[in-house]
Amino acid sequence: MLQIENLHVSIGNIKILKGINLSVNSGEIHAIMGPNGSGKSTLANVIAGKPEYIIDEGNISFNNTSIDNLTPDERANLGIFLAFQYPVELPGIPMKQFIKTSLDAKLKSKNMKETTIREFNEILKVESENIGIDTKLIKRSVNEGFSGGEKKRNEMLQMALLKPELSILDETDSGLDIDALKTVGQSVNKLSTEENATLIVTHYQRLLNYITPTKVHVLIDGKISKSGDAQLAKDLELRGYDWIKSLT
Amino acid sequence: MSQKTISRKSNISSDYKWGFVSDVNSEIAPKGLSEDIIRMISKKKNEPEFLLNSRLKAYEYWKKQKDEEPDWAMIDYESIDYNDIHYYAAPIKQPKLDSLEDADPELIETFNKLGIPLEEQKKLAGVAVDAIFDSVSVATTYKKTLEDAGVIFCSISEAAQKHPELLEKYYGSVVPYSDNFFASLNSAVFSDGSFVYVPKNTKCPMELMTYFRINAEETGQFERTLIIADEGSYVSYLEGCTAPMRKTHQLHAAVVELVALDNAEIKYSTLQNWYPGDSEGKGGVYNFVTKRAKALGNNSKISWTQVETGSAITWKYPSVILQGDNSSGEFYSVALTNNKQQADTGTKMIHIGKNTKSTIVAKGISAGNSNNTYRGLVQILPTAANSTNFTQCDSLLIGDQCGAHTVPYIEVRNNSAKMEHEASTSKVSDDQLFYCMQRGISEEEAHYMIINGFCRGIFKELPFEFAMEANQLLRVSLEGAVG
Ligand SMILES: Nc1ncnc2c1ncn2[C@@H]1O[C@H](COP(=O)(O)OP(=O)(O)OP(=O)(O)O)[C@@H](O)[C@H]1O
Ligand SMILES: [Mg+2]
Repeated sequence: MLQIENLHVSIGNIKILKGINLSVNSGEIHAIMGPNGSGKSTLANVIAGKPEYIIDEGNISFNNTSIDNLTPDERANLGIFLAFQYPVELPGIPMKQFIKTSLDAKLKSKNMKETTIREFNEILKVESENIGIDTKLIKRSVNEGFSGGEKKRNEMLQMALLKPELSILDETDSGLDIDALKTVGQSVNKLSTEENATLIVTHYQRLLNYITPTKVHVLIDGKISKSGDAQLAKDLELRGYDWIKSLT
Repeated sequence: MSQKTISRKSNISSDYKWGFVSDVNSEIAPKGLSEDIIRMISKKKNEPEFLLNSRLKAYEYWKKQKDEEPDWAMIDYESIDYNDIHYYAAPIKQPKLDSLEDADPELIETFNKLGIPLEEQKKLAGVAVDAIFDSVSVATTYKKTLEDAGVIFCSISEAAQKHPELLEKYYGSVVPYSDNFFASLNSAVFSDGSFVYVPKNTKCPMELMTYFRINAEETGQFERTLIIADEGSYVSYLEGCTAPMRKTHQLHAAVVELVALDNAEIKYSTLQNWYPGDSEGKGGVYNFVTKRAKALGNNSKISWTQVETGSAITWKYPSVILQGDNSSGEFYSVALTNNKQQADTGTKMIHIGKNTKSTIVAKGISAGNSNNTYRGLVQILPTAANSTNFTQCDSLLIGDQCGAHTVPYIEVRNNSAKMEHEASTSKVSDDQLFYCMQRGISEEEAHYMIINGFCRGIFKELPFEFAMEANQLLRVSLEGAVG
């Protein structure tokens, strides 16, 4: 589904990613771990098409077609979803309006009919309950004044509603209380089928208590230094990144 | 308002959608201004003596001022040749209408092109329409309901015939003819406009709505509106405007006066989308309007809400004189400028009574090469003990060729006053855009959403129908500037 080959990315004159190779097939869940500043968010953002990042070399393809020249909204409508590490506030834009617009954009790109307000309210209600989002939040502007955890839950809500083919979770588990962590785990599990895939950026193996990754990759200084199965996350937890660095 | 007719943006970008000229045969006064012309206007309207005298006094005053046309605003325009303007134009047929079927079919056609067919308007729950076409009122609906409530909603000319005592008492009581250059001109030559009187303890049973439209070629427009809310009454008045495309600039110098007596409330909402000129700044309307309200009675309340996206040049400061004790004044405004548009707008809150309260929320959006200035005055007079003002001015810049300026004047002469001022300037951030786009929303749509969010606090002050239209107007006006 997602194929990344020899990806080199820079911003301004700073090289951040230095030759990433990654292949994620449908039905798989991959975890990406690595120290602060190693380039995890950069990788997530580049897949989603953030314009500031320049691809110097290599390419990204999704379902066997290159997406390097697609705008972020085009990628989103292909089914790529990024749950942001730091979701931005959108003052004055009501949650409902935002989420409905986003859902309708996706339907429209598939030549499908937009949801009616009634249908939308119904599915919004169901998913909000699943995610455990307070209905009061739904009445507010997108992320405005939301607590850190509330913002993360909002990302999960949107993911649940949009049902992406590829979900990228950038530290969605950071700053979450124990219950929310469990919810994230459950949402991911619920959403994962043989048709879609998930890429989880995390610092903690505890999320992996709920989700069993197909593969774990360790990103250090813009390169994947080691890949393995779920056991790798556990070893890392015990031995730290110096262990990996000493291996290379 | 049928949203669909306004939202078709594809054919609006290059051509102003409402740029057409109606062929209704106008009866036009010769160009230029003189005492004779003024007498002619007054005579045509069969005006009472006091109005003619007031016009003549205004004219004398204006002539003296002519060399001192105001130039303090941050706007720049070619000087206006006041002798090159027709000061009177009226559709030849002035039918007394019971229903729209009796109206000039071409006029109806014009409204249809505007996307605001009156037939549809009539069906819109609770909205009475007094359509002003080339300055003369030709169609009034919902008269009966209003009559039953004792509300008078008619043209100023009609009021001059039927309610001269009310007119004489309040006309010019808020904006005297000597107020400013453009108000003097208006007081001398005003053509027509709306008159509203809401009797004591009456809540006007519907929103009152008027469409103004500048039509006859190069006819300066001099609307005159007077709204009086008697003790304990309430009225909400909506004003929406469009104008056809022109090659030469058109002058519009209106005067609007509002008077609220004890415990009365007037809510006045404006949507202004006159032709702004092309992207080079050619054509377009000069909008120099004096809008002022007197919160005369105790506990009276005035609220101005405006969304301004049109005109080449806007010079406009809806103001409130807070005379009654405990009276309050509000000003909510969105002013958008694009291309070469220039706007210098704001408000004045003059606190005279005790415990008076004013609120100003002004949002400016500048795009293209435009210039957008907020100019506000808050004045607390010695008599205005325990008065409060809250002012918030936010500017949003789109692109880096435009300008936003905030010029607040504050004058406090009673030290029990509480003043609060907030100001901000922002740009649509890349992170916000990326977030929206990551959710499948196009760049253009994302811009509109964010800009709309910026205006939300103001839009929620508008009646629902107007808020929908305001939304569409922002879109139309920002064509090409975003995405
Ligand atoms: N816009 C930018 N301008 C300059 N440097 C940037 C920019 N974005 C990222 N970087 C740098 O790129 C490097 C990688 O950042 P990135 O956010 O991808 O790290 P990360 O692995 O997600 O870290 P964390 O675990 O702290 O979230 C960092 O050194 C960061 O400072
Ligand atoms: Mg990160």
